[in-house]
Amino acid sequence: MSDQGPTPLERFINGILPENPVYRQILGMCPTLAVTNNMQAAMTMAVATTFVLLCANILISLIRPLLKPHLRILVFTLTIATFVTIADKLIAAYMYPMSKQLGPYLPLIIVNCIIIGRAEVCASKQGVFTAMCDALGQGLGFTLALASLATVREVLGSGTWMGLPVLKPFGWPAWVVMVLPPGAFFTLGLLLALVNRIGELRTRRVKGTGA
Amino acid sequence: MKNNYIKQGWLILFLAVLFGVALAGVQRGLDGRIQANKKADTVSQLPNLTPGAVGGELGQYGDLMAYKTLNEAGEQVGWVLQASGQGFADKIEVLIGLNTDASDLTGLYVLFQNETPGLGNKIVESGPDSYRAQFAGKSTKEALVVTKNGDASPDNNKIDAITGATISSQSTVDIVNSAVRKFKVALADQEDQ
Repeated sequence: MSDQGPTPLERFINGILPENPVYRQILGMCPTLAVTNNMQAAMTMAVATTFVLLCANILISLIRPLLKPHLRILVFTLTIATFVTIADKLIAAYMYPMSKQLGPYLPLIIVNCIIIGRAEVCASKQGVFTAMCDALGQGLGFTLALASLATVREVLGSGTWMGLPVLKPFGWPAWVVMVLPPGAFFTLGLLLALVNRIGELRTRRVKGTGA
Repeated sequence: MKNNYIKQGWLILFLAVLFGVALAGVQRGLDGRIQANKKADTVSQLPNLTPGAVGGELGQYGDLMAYKTLNEAGEQVGWVLQASGQGFADKIEVLIGLNTDASDLTGLYVLFQNETPGLGNKIVESGPDSYRAQFAGKSTKEALVVTKNGDASPDNNKIDAITGATISSQSTVDIVNSAVRKFKVALADQEDQ
């Protein structure tokens, strides 16, 4: 099987912004909305997802000559479920309070579309190095997206960031709604609009200088 | 034809076995640590479940494990039972606080659950109006019943269900009822001897 498609570097860069899983592909909405009410939970989720993404991409890329087209999804889910279980156990062993806080969201990484999407789009078609770069790029993109949402929500909702007081000492009236589910939708909507606007301005500028 | 299935599916069978072995290894390696974390969590909850407790002695009562909780003077202030049962999505593990003669519940704590986020997982919430707070103060004379009419009060044996999580609410109550019943029998047996 030949290694066609974007180069490893392109894959890596694409994942961060041009094809950001949250802001561009609108995938992985469940964790994006559910665990971004504080920064620590969001970062644990992002690291766990990146770990699963990386392991699944590497393994699937290695076994890609053996995949049968009609059985590939089965292999993907089996692989992903295994690595998610490992991540879940590791967090329960070494970060117990976080494991209790995230509860069922950790096992739910199994159904995160980003991971199965990358297996389908990249890992099952390209070499191990490309698949690794792809996983790291997409993982970083996901981390940045969760970090941006969690920052807005924790700072406005609790007056803290990573548990450290930011606005609290200035008598910030914590906007409880930002911690609750509606806050997740408000923040995601506004940030999506912002990212789209920036993208638009950039294309316009490129066009302007090109003409 | 038979041969063909094997040819097509061998990779999945092979991976399933490989992953199974890998997960068994991970479980073996980490289970001790996870259990230790749970134990630390349990011990830290003893004072909340039985007011006045500073520690406890773990013992076996029938087929239940329970802590006899003690205050600073070493006198018994109550019991904390460990119980578990099937919830809506996964196993639910709880700690149940009882007073010394096991006649009243003094608290409930959820040690492990994987109930539906936003609905069933409200069983873990704490606070004066939470689902969990309803258990403290209930008599164990009658089994607890789940009600959907909002007619639970501290004086009756009813527990208000969580909206949208009837099964999680019912499972938790069932776990408590069954554990308390078994524990009272075990306690009576011990006193007879």
